[in-house]
Amino acid sequence: MRIGEAARVAVGALVAARLRTGLTVLGVMIGVSSVMVLIAIGDGTRREVAGRVDELGSNLLLVVPGKVEIGMPTISRMQLSDVEAVARVVGDPTRVAASVASGELVQAGPVKTFTTVAGVLENNRTVLVRDIARGAYLSRADVDSARRVAVLGATVARVLYGGTDPVGRQITVAGVRFRVAGVFAPLGQSLGVDRDDEVHIPLTTAQRLFATTRVDGLAVRATDPAGMAALGDRIVAELGERHPDSAFSVVTQDQILSVLGDILDVLTGVLGATAGISLLVSGVGVSNIMLVSIRERTREIGLRKAVGARPSDIAAQFLTEAVLLTSVGGVLGIALGVAATVAVERFTPLPTLLTGWSIALSFGVAAGVGIIFGVLPALRAARLDPVPALRTE
Amino acid sequence: MTAAIEVRQAARAYRVGQTEVAALRGVSLTVRRGDHLAVVGPSGSGKSTLLQLLGGLDRPTAGSVVIDGHDTVTVGEAELARIRNRVIGFVFQGFHLQPRTSALDNVALPLVYRGVRRAERRRRAAEMLARVGLAARAGHLPGQLSGGEQQRVAIARALVTGPAVLLADEPTGNLDSAAGRHLLDLLEQLNTEHGVALAIVTHDHEVAARARRQIVMRDGRIVSDTDTDTATDTDTITDSGVCS
Repeated sequence: MRIGEAARVAVGALVAARLRTGLTVLGVMIGVSSVMVLIAIGDGTRREVAGRVDELGSNLLLVVPGKVEIGMPTISRMQLSDVEAVARVVGDPTRVAASVASGELVQAGPVKTFTTVAGVLENNRTVLVRDIARGAYLSRADVDSARRVAVLGATVARVLYGGTDPVGRQITVAGVRFRVAGVFAPLGQSLGVDRDDEVHIPLTTAQRLFATTRVDGLAVRATDPAGMAALGDRIVAELGERHPDSAFSVVTQDQILSVLGDILDVLTGVLGATAGISLLVSGVGVSNIMLVSIRERTREIGLRKAVGARPSDIAAQFLTEAVLLTSVGGVLGIALGVAATVAVERFTPLPTLLTGWSIALSFGVAAGVGIIFGVLPALRAARLDPVPALRTE
Repeated sequence: MTAAIEVRQAARAYRVGQTEVAALRGVSLTVRRGDHLAVVGPSGSGKSTLLQLLGGLDRPTAGSVVIDGHDTVTVGEAELARIRNRVIGFVFQGFHLQPRTSALDNVALPLVYRGVRRAERRRRAAEMLARVGLAARAGHLPGQLSGGEQQRVAIARALVTGPAVLLADEPTGNLDSAAGRHLLDLLEQLNTEHGVALAIVTHDHEVAARARRQIVMRDGRIVSDTDTDTATDTDTITDSGVCS
């Protein structure tokens, strides 16, 4: 039997059992579209993370306490003097930024908000590249004199002052009064985290406020990307000499990207596999409906065999029917998946990215489900004994 | 006349639970080209089983059935299907037409399994429908046809591949007597004009009486095989081929 003939018979049978066909197609649609949406979320997240890491620039070295290969960074033993030592290794103090951060209550008049307060050096803005929307960033004098001045993230500014300009106004951080020096240009949301929900104050002021002498981490903007590995080694060696019982690590953008890439591969895989389960369930539905269809059409199968259909003809006919069922479900599922992805992008904070390969994969899997879950019923139909088949009512 | 189907000591047993039930207990029979035979006998005598063996729908559990030179016991499923398609035409009591398919496409169905192109299938099917007097009904669905018309569609379908033998199981069983007579007229005309052998299983003595050769079965055996042309009656426990 030619494929065209098999398709014609399959269409006829599927149209004849409209409701059943519709429900089975719906199952496949849901499976395919959920695979698509979840892969789109995985890919969107990957793109956003990669984009954010890219913003750091390829010549940035992050110096953190502990060994990153082992796990999470440990509590820092670095001091301000270590920052100066690293600056000497680098040869340019303006290229070495340092910070210590803590979650604190920030208040303007009656309005309060809990936010991340980072104590930083005045070069933080240039090393990590941040734009100021209003006022000015922290100055060298602010750091040297441990002044109580603050630069607000866009969200903190909006929460505390609404539309009015906060520059020059008074706020309290952990109960201590500060003057607002400036406001950052907004960075926006990333992965559900508000990157504008922060306040920068001078590192020296922060150490007093937090009653600590520690520095959490350093960021070094290298001039020569080629010499970065060597520079990193020299920094780690210097810090190791100053703190013999502590470990330090240097990470670059490439390393972050590769680690995050691995994590996101797992994330996308888990999301896709979860959705794949619904596709699998829809496949079981296809099997089930094909078995019902074959039982109903036992007489037809008997007759076809009587007039000369070979077992392979019957198998091909029902396999075609199953694949047609899931392919139609696949195409409609792709349409639904695109619509659902657009909705997720618009109405949730989750980033999405539709790629050609995920659409192709979804359709391929749907058609594959038809083959895999159609084979058993098709073989069963092919093996039917024509004599009893013709006798069924 | 040469043999279209040779049955030698064919037996067919069914397993029902733990017991074996013998439907046929050693039957020998030759269906010749152009034959017109009726198989009669009480229910359970093995008539339908014999017909299924003759048509290669089923295989004997012992003995042999050779259709057009092919031993059905040894050929594979696919080959057996090919033999059914080329040598045999079936007509069933219940017509077995596809309800959602036009008379024309019902008739064309066997040609699908012969790899004939659609346009050619329809052309040949239309020819067959005309031959059974239903040219005007080609586009009708089976439900829009009378019982007699439906059975004629089934006959057209059985003959569209140009088979050597037409096997009919109670072809008039669902028809009133006028439609039944009309159908037999048609079958006999096809037999005499086109030389297709007819083997009809029937309860109806009137139907059986019209055949040139009557085979009577009882308890899975042929008890008589009478050829009115040669007026010989071989009590066919032995080989019926001798009566030709």
